[in-house]
Amino acid sequence: MSVTAPTALPARPSGRASAFWHRLRSGDDIAYVITLTCALTILALAVLLVFELFRNSALPREKFGWSFLSGTTWDPVVGQYGALPFIYGTVVTSALALLMGIPLGVGAAIFLAELAPTKISNGLTFLIELLAAVPSVIFGLLGIFVLVPALVAIEPAIRAVLGWTPLFSGPFYGVSLFSAGVVLTVMIIPFIISISREVILAVPTEQREGALALGATKWETTWNVVLPFAKKGIMGSIFLALARSLGETMAVTMVIGNEPKIHESLFAPGYSIAAVIANNFAEASDSLEKGALIELGLVLFGLTIIINGLARVLVLSTTRKGAS
Amino acid sequence: MTRRVFIVNAALVATLTVGAASAQQVLINAGGATFPYPIYSKWFDEYHKKFSNIAINYASIGSGGGIAQVTAGTVDFGASDGPMTDAAIKEFQDKRGSAILHFPTVLGADVPTYNIPGVTASLNFTGEALAGIFLGKITKWNDPEIANANPGVKLPSNNIVVVHRSDNSGTTYIWTDYLSKASKDWEMKVGRGTGVNWPVGLGGKGNEGVSGSIQQTANSVGYVELAYAIQNKMTYGKVKNAAGEFVQASLASVTAAAAGMKEMPEDFRVSITNPPGKGVYPIASFTWLLIPSKISDPAKKKAIKDFLGWMLADGQKMTEALLYAPLPKAVVTKELKAIDKIQ
Repeated sequence: MSVTAPTALPARPSGRASAFWHRLRSGDDIAYVITLTCALTILALAVLLVFELFRNSALPREKFGWSFLSGTTWDPVVGQYGALPFIYGTVVTSALALLMGIPLGVGAAIFLAELAPTKISNGLTFLIELLAAVPSVIFGLLGIFVLVPALVAIEPAIRAVLGWTPLFSGPFYGVSLFSAGVVLTVMIIPFIISISREVILAVPTEQREGALALGATKWETTWNVVLPFAKKGIMGSIFLALARSLGETMAVTMVIGNEPKIHESLFAPGYSIAAVIANNFAEASDSLEKGALIELGLVLFGLTIIINGLARVLVLSTTRKGAS
Repeated sequence: MTRRVFIVNAALVATLTVGAASAQQVLINAGGATFPYPIYSKWFDEYHKKFSNIAINYASIGSGGGIAQVTAGTVDFGASDGPMTDAAIKEFQDKRGSAILHFPTVLGADVPTYNIPGVTASLNFTGEALAGIFLGKITKWNDPEIANANPGVKLPSNNIVVVHRSDNSGTTYIWTDYLSKASKDWEMKVGRGTGVNWPVGLGGKGNEGVSGSIQQTANSVGYVELAYAIQNKMTYGKVKNAAGEFVQASLASVTAAAAGMKEMPEDFRVSITNPPGKGVYPIASFTWLLIPSKISDPAKKKAIKDFLGWMLADGQKMTEALLYAPLPKAVVTKELKAIDKIQ
């Protein structure tokens, strides 16, 4: 691309024009200050958020200390609050969503970017991006009225194959950790697909041509050259998907069963942090319960940081392995 | 239209020039319970039509929010499905320097609803049976505690699936308050509250979440508000009252429950679950407006007091159309006297 340099401008020497030109040249500084302000605003918001959560959860922190994290009872009547069942539900449903969502999402992205004809690819991508804009309560309603009955119908088949594991034991009422995982999968797939597709499309054509010239098949090129090149971007899409699934509220609460207990079976009901906050905050019985719910928010914040950190470490280690 | 506005404006200007403040605009902010929101918004709307200078804005943010906001002074009055606790009243007094008054407005009730394949009859439930089911002690539909109350109904031997509210709500308060009175075991192990530590069961969000789960789960049982059950034409069971009768919930049997309370306390903070008397439905409750006893703005004070008087007279006639049980006469009379406590 050739850019015509604006050399014509300073050729018109007049007092006002040169002052204007001077300011424009120092535009770098202006841009620096503006973008720095933007970045600092985000940082300040995050710090303020943590500070507010911390300040407003003083009551339960004093009363329960660290045992809040390991407690398994949530009883507003006697004022006993423990977060473990909610942490468990949040982690398990998000893990399920990633487990099912990553292969599906990345697979679809590969098809759309590498294999499908452009027309089909553009059309499908448009539809997928529409999916990302659907409000979560709609997914929740679809979950309870369509997915749950469907899961009840196919449950015997799942049980016949996987019933021997404790993960698929016990009675199944339709609403469960598993159902919440499936709904979350549907919700995070659009993020993984549309971002991963863009990243794969951005891989330079020379990379592909080089591999093909060396005699690699189309699939070998995709698997051994394109995907490793796009890995970081794909990971980025997965982080975004993870963030959405950890924080999802409405869709989860409608299908998870809302029982604050830890069951090893995925067919059993559970509860997630975001869901219990949404359910109980408006009608919290006293300031201790309100504080405990706010502390759960703090826990979710911490959980997100820990999981994201772990994922980043994982990415770094695999990237190095790939490079060697 | 323009002409009417012009006339109204002219009238306004006229009154202002005369110096009378009678047409002064009064804006009142209120907020709280979601359960009575439909009737409250109807009342405030009708009242505004009648007295165009008085506008009451009601935010249905939940009972807990109503108590918190009236205590913080951000609303002129609050509303709650459960009476304020002694601690909450003390907090109000410490912060605002005056007392808070409870005014019952309408009655609501909870009904047991269920989905048992092959059973279409309206089942009879004793308090012991409901407590046993929700404690997880009665696990099968053909348990003698249920079967003995339902002669002639063929109940299956399937496991019972319990469904309760997952969100804190006044509906749950009424239900657990009743179970606490019906069963010592329940009172000791679980207790009463807008949310409790449920021994068993699935949680559904809102009445719609509970009824949705029940419709989709065979052999399930749960509780919803009477108005919700009537609107959605759900089958619901009869419950045994203190007089030993199995009573179907209806607006009349709910009002009768309030009338059955012989001794109404001065502050109207009273639970009317499992009341004495014949023909009463035992799982019912008042819902209250929470009004500060001192209102400094004279225009607001007058408007609120006038509204209360109207609500207890004309307002009560609008309740049944919206499926709320009206207050019994004795309570209305007592409340009309209590309006004078607002100063």
